[in-house]
Parts: sequence; C-alpha cells; structure tokens
Amino acid sequence: MTVRTDLTALLRQIPAVAYALLLYGFIFLPVLVLVTFSFQESRVPVPPFDGPSLQWYQAILEDRRLMSALANSIVVALVSSAVSVILGFLAAFALARFTLPGSKFFQGLLTAPLTVSYLIIAMGLLITFNEFGVPKSLLTIGIGHVVINLPLCFAILYSQMGEHQRNVEQAARDLGANEWQVMLLISVPMLWPALFASFFLSVTFSWDEFIIAFMVSKFDVTLPVEIWSMLRSGLNPKTNAIGSLVFLFSFVIVLFLDLVVFRNRKT
Amino acid sequence: MQGQSGKSRGWALLTPALLWTLLFFMMPLLIMGTYSFWERAGMKLVRSASLANYEKFFDKTYFVGSLVNSIEVTVIVTVVSVLLAYPLAWILAERVPRRWQRMALILAILPFWTSYVVRSYSWLLVLSEGGIISNFLLDVGITADPVSFANNRGATVIGFVHFFVMLLTLTIYANLVQLPPSYRKAAADLGAGPVQSFVHIILPLTLPGIMVGAFLTFVLCIGDYITPQILGGNRELLLPQTMMLQISRRSDFPMASALAMILMLVISVVYIACARWLKLDRV
Repeated sequence: MTVRTDLTALLRQIPAVAYALLLYGFIFLPVLVLVTFSFQESRVPVPPFDGPSLQWYQAILEDRRLMSALANSIVVALVSSAVSVILGFLAAFALARFTLPGSKFFQGLLTAPLTVSYLIIAMGLLITFNEFGVPKSLLTIGIGHVVINLPLCFAILYSQMGEHQRNVEQAARDLGANEWQVMLLISVPMLWPALFASFFLSVTFSWDEFIIAFMVSKFDVTLPVEIWSMLRSGLNPKTNAIGSLVFLFSFVIVLFLDLVVFRNRKT
Repeated sequence: MQGQSGKSRGWALLTPALLWTLLFFMMPLLIMGTYSFWERAGMKLVRSASLANYEKFFDKTYFVGSLVNSIEVTVIVTVVSVLLAYPLAWILAERVPRRWQRMALILAILPFWTSYVVRSYSWLLVLSEGGIISNFLLDVGITADPVSFANNRGATVIGFVHFFVMLLTLTIYANLVQLPPSYRKAAADLGAGPVQSFVHIILPLTLPGIMVGAFLTFVLCIGDYITPQILGGNRELLLPQTMMLQISRRSDFPMASALAMILMLVISVVYIACARWLKLDRV
C-alpha cells in the first residue's frame, strides 16, 4: 500500500470518527458534569468549578436519611432479587422439564409484566394495597420489584434449560437420584452462570427502580426516592455526590457481571 | 417422571410464580380496570359502573392535551433516537476493529448505568440557567445574560434521547454484527454500489432490530414520569404527569385508573401495528 492510498483511506474515516466523537460527547456530557461538580467547593454545582473538595461526600455520609435509604435499597434489592430468581427458576424448571397442559399459556402469563409500563404496574399495586388496607412499606416495594424481575429471571432461565442438561439430569435420575437431588445437585450447578446473571440483573433493576418504590412507600424509602426528594431543593452538589456514588456502584456490578459471569459462559 | 405424580410435582413447582403473577400483577390490573369505571364524588368513592371518567377524559383538553403531548414527544424521541443511534451502531460494527468493538460498545452505553433519576438531574445541570451550556454561551459572547434551556419540551426530549440513543445503539449493533459479510460482497459482485447495497440489503435486514428497539423506546418513553417531571417544567404536562397529579393532588384514583387504561390501550394499539416486525421471542 502506498502512502497516498493510506492517506485517502484515513481521510475517508474522518466523518465516521467525527460523528462517533460527537455522539460519545453527547452521551458522556451529563455524567462528566455530574461527577466533576460533585467535587465543587461552593454550594451550587455550576461553573466556575472551584474545587476539588470532598465536603459533599462527607455530607452524604453524615446524612441519616440518605444512609438509611441506601440500606433499604440494598435490602430490597437483595431480597426481591433472591425471591425472583428462586420463583423464576422453579417455574422455568417446571415448564421445561414437565409436559404440562397449557404450558405456552403459562409462559405468556409469566412474561406478561414485561410488556406493561412500570407506571401502570405501580398504580395497580397502589390501588390494590389501598383497597385491602395493606400498609405501604419496604415489603410492598419488594413485592413490586419481584413483579418486574420475576418475568426476566424466568425468561433467562427458561431459555438456558437446553437438551444437554436434560440428558445429564436423566442420567442422574437413572442412577437413583430423586427429583430434589436432580434439581439441586445437577440443574442448579449447570445453570449457575444464568442464575448469577439473572440475580445481578434483578439487583441493578431493583436498585434503580423509582416509580414503584415511590408510589407504594411511605416512611421507609429506597435511595432513588430519597434522591428524588433531594431534588426539591434544586441544584445541589450533595445530589451530585450521591449520584456519582450510585453510578460507581452500578458500574461495578455491571463490570463484575461482564467480567465474571458472561466471560465464564463463553469458555 | 411423566406419570401422574410427576405432573403434580410440575404443577407444585410452577405454582409459586404463577400465584405471584396472578396476585400482584393480574389482580391489580383488574382492580384498576374496575376502578376506572367508578367515580370519586367529594372524598367518597362511588362504586357503580359508569363511563364518567372516560367522558371527562375526552371532554377536557387538559386530559386529551396531555395524551397528545405524550404521543408527540414520544414520536419525536423515537425518530430522533433511531436516526442518531443507527450511524453510531454502524460505525461500531463496521469501522471499529473487531477487538476494540466490545470496549467501544461498553463505553457507549456506560452512562446507561447511572440511576434514572440522577441522569435527568445531570441534564438539569447542563441545561439550566447558569449551567454548562449557558456558561459556555456567555463565555463565547453569544448571549449577554444567563439563559435557561430547561423546563420545556426540548429539555424533556434531550433527556429522553440521551437514554434511548444508548439503548438503540445496543439493539441495532447486535443486529448489524449478525449480518454475514458475504451478503454485502454478493451485492457488490452483482454491481451494487455502497448506497444501493445499504438501502436494499443492510437496511431491510436490520429493520427487525430497529423496530424492536423503536417499540421498546416508545413503550418506555410514553410511560415515563421522571424525565418530563424533572426537565419539562409545568407549562406542558405529559400523560404520566397528569396521572400522578390525579393521585397526589386530588386522590382521584378512578380518574387516574382511567388514564392508566388509556395509556395501556395506546401501547396495545402501537404493539398491534408493529406486531409483524416484533418477534419478541427472538430477542
């Protein structure tokens, strides 16, 4: 290749590179602004930047309400995700391994919540809890989060229960294992990556979910709801600081998922 | 294991998930549907069927207008997001060397993982009076006073587009990398130029991916309360906002239920209209 064709090839790349840079800029602009001004020294997170200062990070650590919302979020995410994975696994196992009448219908029913807006699910739950006098609490938030995550876990796990596993399970059965032993000693270990993936996906969805948590909670709230109420005070570097931490946390989960779980599946 | 006892064991395993879905998903929808035909008179709930709420919806421009706003914003967001995301997905799939693609894609959707509430707030930092853009315009000397770009429809659209460009880049990219390179070669051998090959080969083959992404965008966008509430201001309300106001200001659950049913109806209509492109089980 001559230098000249190299150069024209390079020149032809310019529009593509320029476009990509422009879009990456658009995608990253708000996040960069958010993180930068979380280190602001003064009380408003707008230019000029006068930091760096860690005082707003210290402020959120000393904020009782924020810290208890954080703890609530973690509890709700872990518990509701565990419930979603367990129920999803049992249902997927039942529909993949037993010939039940109407199994197509049940598949449709179990995945139906995926097609409905969270807002509508939230409203339905609010009205239902009101109608039956169920007090709004972390429990009701958790119930809502299982409603949105169960279909996801079920769909992921069901799609992973292939023929190969069925053969190994049959072999175990022939060797005298009972149904529980087959499920816990054969199916669960073989599905480990999918179980892990659906659990952590559920955790990130629950962790970030706002509208259901907002509508079916009262005194104990989760982190997104608490951040929401912080927004009423307008632009505030404290909101930047907690926002940056939340971003870091979600990012770590996703990175972990990508590196550990999905890398495993490929090999 | 397919005997009678095996079957009942299957049912036993299925029951918890089924019960949960019926109890906390189907039943609430049914109760909400019933509520939408009831009425709130004063502070009391009148439990007798009528179409009053639906009549009210079509009578008052306040309600119909918010649905129209919602549909307009959602259509704009969907179209703009697809138009912006497609070239980016194409560049990632075609121009970026294979071994960098994964990294580039992860980078392109990184802010996807910021909290939804925080993401809208971040745009407020960028767009509000004294924010980054206002400050930049002041520095350059285009404006003499700080300007605000927040609290209007444009801000809502920007906030939405930011989120959905990432989502659509992901779905369209996934579609593009599945195309065998031999197709384009065959088209070129048969005398098609790059434009022809794109219009007649690549675009039709990626249409299912675009449609799935666009439908997802539509559903998530039209049902979202946070973005318009944080970025859109109070001058122009979208349907989810009027819905929430019925609850928070007036405790009018029947009216809010009717609005939710109308929202579901709109989504169903769009779903049926797109159904032939949407083979959701393939995703």
